[in-house]
Amino acid sequence: MSDGNLIQLKIITPERVFFEGEVTMVEFNTTEGEIGVLKGHIPLTVIIDPGILTITTTEGPRNAALHAGFAEILPDKVTILAELVEWPSEIDERRAQAAKDRAEVRLSHIKPETDVDRATIALKKAICRLEVLK
Amino acid sequence: MASMRDIKRRRAGVESTQQITKAMKLVSTVKLQRAKDRALRSKTYFHSMYLTVKSLLSKSGNLDVIYTKKQECEKKAVIVITSNRGLAGGYNSNVMKLITQSDFKKEDLEIYAIGKKGRELLERRGYYIAEDLSDLMDEYEYADTKKLCDRLMRRMEKGEIGEIYLAYTNFKNTVSHVPTMLKLLPILPEDELIGDDDSQSDDDALIMNFEPDDVDALGMIIPKYVSSLLYGALIEATASENGARMQAMDNATNNAEEMISSLTLKYNRARQGSITQELTEIIAGAEAIS
Repeated sequence: MSDGNLIQLKIITPERVFFEGEVTMVEFNTTEGEIGVLKGHIPLTVIIDPGILTITTTEGPRNAALHAGFAEILPDKVTILAELVEWPSEIDERRAQAAKDRAEVRLSHIKPETDVDRATIALKKAICRLEVLK
Repeated sequence: MASMRDIKRRRAGVESTQQITKAMKLVSTVKLQRAKDRALRSKTYFHSMYLTVKSLLSKSGNLDVIYTKKQECEKKAVIVITSNRGLAGGYNSNVMKLITQSDFKKEDLEIYAIGKKGRELLERRGYYIAEDLSDLMDEYEYADTKKLCDRLMRRMEKGEIGEIYLAYTNFKNTVSHVPTMLKLLPILPEDELIGDDDSQSDDDALIMNFEPDDVDALGMIIPKYVSSLLYGALIEATASENGARMQAMDNATNNAEEMISSLTLKYNRARQGSITQELTEIIAGAEAIS
C-alpha cells in the first residue's frame, strides 16, 4: 500500500499515550453506530460507545477494547481521547465474565433503585472486553 | 551557663532531628519528580480536551445544556485538595485560607475533602463535610476522579447543588505553588475557559461537524472535561505538596545546621572555661602550699 493512504492516529488517555503512529484505517464504535475512518474523512467529532477498536496498519490489524471517550477526526489525523482503552493482554477474562453476569442479573430483575443506565454501560463494557479476547 | 553535658546532649538531639529532616527532603524530591513525570504524560490529553471543549463552546453560544446555565440552588460543592500528612510548611493552611476568607456563606457550602489535613481543619471550624475521600491522595487513577465527578453532576442535575468549585494548589514550578480556587460548573458563556492556551490555530479554518449534534455532544463532553480537570488538579496538588515539603524540610535542615554550629561554639567555650578554672584552682593551690 502506498504512503499516500496513511492517516495519523493518536490514542491518548489521561494516564498514557496508548498508540501513536500511521495507520491505513481505524474502526471503532460511536453512539451513532460503528465507524471506519480512512484518509480524507470530513472533520468530525464523535462520542465513543464501548466497542472494539481495530487499528489496521501496513502490518495488519490489531484489536483493543475502547470503552469511553471521544474522537476528533480530521482529513489526515485522528485523535481519540479515551478515558479507558485496553489491549487484549491487559484484560482479565474472569473479571469481565463476572461483570457481565452481574450486569445481566441486574437488568433482568429491574427494581426501583436499579440504575439502568449504569448497568447497561457495565454490560456493554463487559461484552466488549470478552469480544476482544476472542 | 549550661553545663557541658547538657549542651552535648542538646547537640546530639538536634543532629538526629537533622538526619530525619534530611531524609524527608530526599523522599519528597523523589516523589516530586514522579508527580512531575505524571503531569507531563497527561498533558497532551488535557490540551486536546481543552481545545475540543473550547471549539464546541465557541461554535455554539447559547445551548440548552444544564452545565452551561446558572442554577437556582444556592448550595455550593467545594472539592478541597490538601495533603494527608503535615510537615509541608504553609501548604495546607494556604488552601484553607481560600475557603475561610472567601465570601461564601458557611451554611451554603458542602465540602468534599481529599486529604486528611483539610478535612480536620474545616471540620473544626464547623464546615459541613459531605464526603471524605482522603484515601485518594495516596493513590488515584483517572477512574476515581471520574466517579466523584459523576456523583457531583448527578446531584447538580437533581437540583441539590448549584455550583461546583475546586480548591487546590497549582504547581507553577518547584519553588512556586499557587493556591487556586476554580469554578468547575456551571461554565457560563462569559467565563474564561480553564486551560493553557498556547494553541496554534491552524485547525480553525476547518469546520468541525458533530455527531450527535452539538447539544448532545456538549452534554457528553463536559463531564469528561470536568473530570479531567479534577484529575489534573490532583496531579498538580501532589506535585505542590511534595515541593512544599521539600522546601520546608530544606529550611529545617539548614536551621538545624545553624543550631548545631552555635551549640558547638557554646560547648567549646564551656570546655575552655572549665579548663581555665581548673588551672586557676591548681595554681592557686600550689601557691598556697609554697
